[in-house]
Amino acid sequence: MIEFRSVSKQFPDGTLAVDDFSLVMPSRKTTVLVGSSGSGKTTILRMINRMVDPTGGAVLIDDEDISGLEPVALRRRIGYVMQNGGLLPHFKVVDNIATVPVLTGVPRGAAREQALTLMDTVGLDRSLADRYPSQLSGGQQQRVGVARGLAANPNILLMDEPFGAVDPIVRAELQQETIRLQRELDKTVVFVTHDIDEAFLLGDQVVILEKGGRIAQVGSPTEILADPASEFVADFIGADRGKRALSIRRTERGAILVDSEGRAAGVLVDGGPTA
Amino acid sequence: MNWVWNNLDLIGELTLEHIRLSIPPILLGFLISIPLGFLAYRFKLTRGLLLTVAGLLYTIPSLALFVILPPIIGVSYLSEVNITIALTIYAVAIMARSVADALGSVDPAVRQSATAVGFSSWRRFWQVEFPLAGPVILAGLRVASVSTVSLVTVGIFIGIESLGYLFTNGLQRRIFAEVLTGVVMTVIVALLIDAILVLIGRLLMPWTNPGTRRSANRTATQLPLAQGGGAR
Repeated sequence: MIEFRSVSKQFPDGTLAVDDFSLVMPSRKTTVLVGSSGSGKTTILRMINRMVDPTGGAVLIDDEDISGLEPVALRRRIGYVMQNGGLLPHFKVVDNIATVPVLTGVPRGAAREQALTLMDTVGLDRSLADRYPSQLSGGQQQRVGVARGLAANPNILLMDEPFGAVDPIVRAELQQETIRLQRELDKTVVFVTHDIDEAFLLGDQVVILEKGGRIAQVGSPTEILADPASEFVADFIGADRGKRALSIRRTERGAILVDSEGRAAGVLVDGGPTA
Repeated sequence: MNWVWNNLDLIGELTLEHIRLSIPPILLGFLISIPLGFLAYRFKLTRGLLLTVAGLLYTIPSLALFVILPPIIGVSYLSEVNITIALTIYAVAIMARSVADALGSVDPAVRQSATAVGFSSWRRFWQVEFPLAGPVILAGLRVASVSTVSLVTVGIFIGIESLGYLFTNGLQRRIFAEVLTGVVMTVIVALLIDAILVLIGRLLMPWTNPGTRRSANRTATQLPLAQGGGAR
């Protein structure tokens, strides 16, 4: 469990990026922080592995205040996945994945062996092991990034807009993979995105942020969609416009759902998923 | 051409001597430039100072440096140490700047990602920033090595024999072929050392090789066999 207790972050230039932020991110669940740029979502994420230190309040992991922990050691036990995978361009794929185990002293051979197994886990062909990141496609690089994040078998996985730079088809593929991995591996995932659809797809708990890390609403996707807490949230999730405001239109061939612009968005079926 | 055929031994000997004199300043210059370049890159205050001083050093005429160094460091005018130190200074003048620029050229996102996964700053420097600065550092090293090889010839004026001997001797005896041989051999030595540096760069920085630059298309995952062993 990760807990933020009235955390603030003021940067040296005076900008108040996060102001009095409190939140509990439950274990083995995916918490998605979503907001536009300037909402402080990445700053909040980086306070979990002490890439950023708060100027007020406390961050706790399993009830332990992390300000007393050594940052380098802390980072090695928290997986981190960033845009483009954040891979080291001069390491081969296998060595990129093995980075953290090697840093913590696992013998190189054993770390590489384990890296190959992880390539299977994230759906990468082992024949890519000896390539350099520049020889991979964006989607492949991102999978390597995820594999690296998992390599030290961390309990916590931080994902900082990991799929922001890949095309929509690959992104959808990677999102499904993330859901599958989360089902199999049961990590505490903190995911940052500006894409509300991605947030609803991946999040058990979705946190919608306004400027300065102010929480506009926290809840499951269903709760938020069914009952937006404010005008801001309704606007952000597009509840009353665009593709979420669906209405039924009867046609000769059956009923279809149309969005507010009148475009076909789906069909009406009996008995949807139970949940 | 007769002169060349009759003096092959001399040319060979001077060429080897020239190479022997060129290598220490290049190596020393490289080693000294790393910490200096790092200081210039890391701290704004030292950057201006270091790079200005380095630039000024390069403007001292080499002959003047050969003459003023011995009394300062207390060695004989005829000592080889003179030329080694003087040429190391020039190499540092060139390379300190390129090391600083090279470290500055490392993608901040990569640096940040290395920090995020748990590199300590010491390991991050040696395992991430320094290797990634490699190509730009190598470019500076190549300039410094060519400069060193050409400056070694000036040593002949204080009696240090190198291919420079062919210039002075050829001029005195009005043997044009001898002077020309000196020029050609100096260029060849410079090209040879340059080629060796490029080769070492390829071996140490395999990720920069032209073959590994090409980015694979998506079909590569699905059809690893179609790419075959030729992919690597």
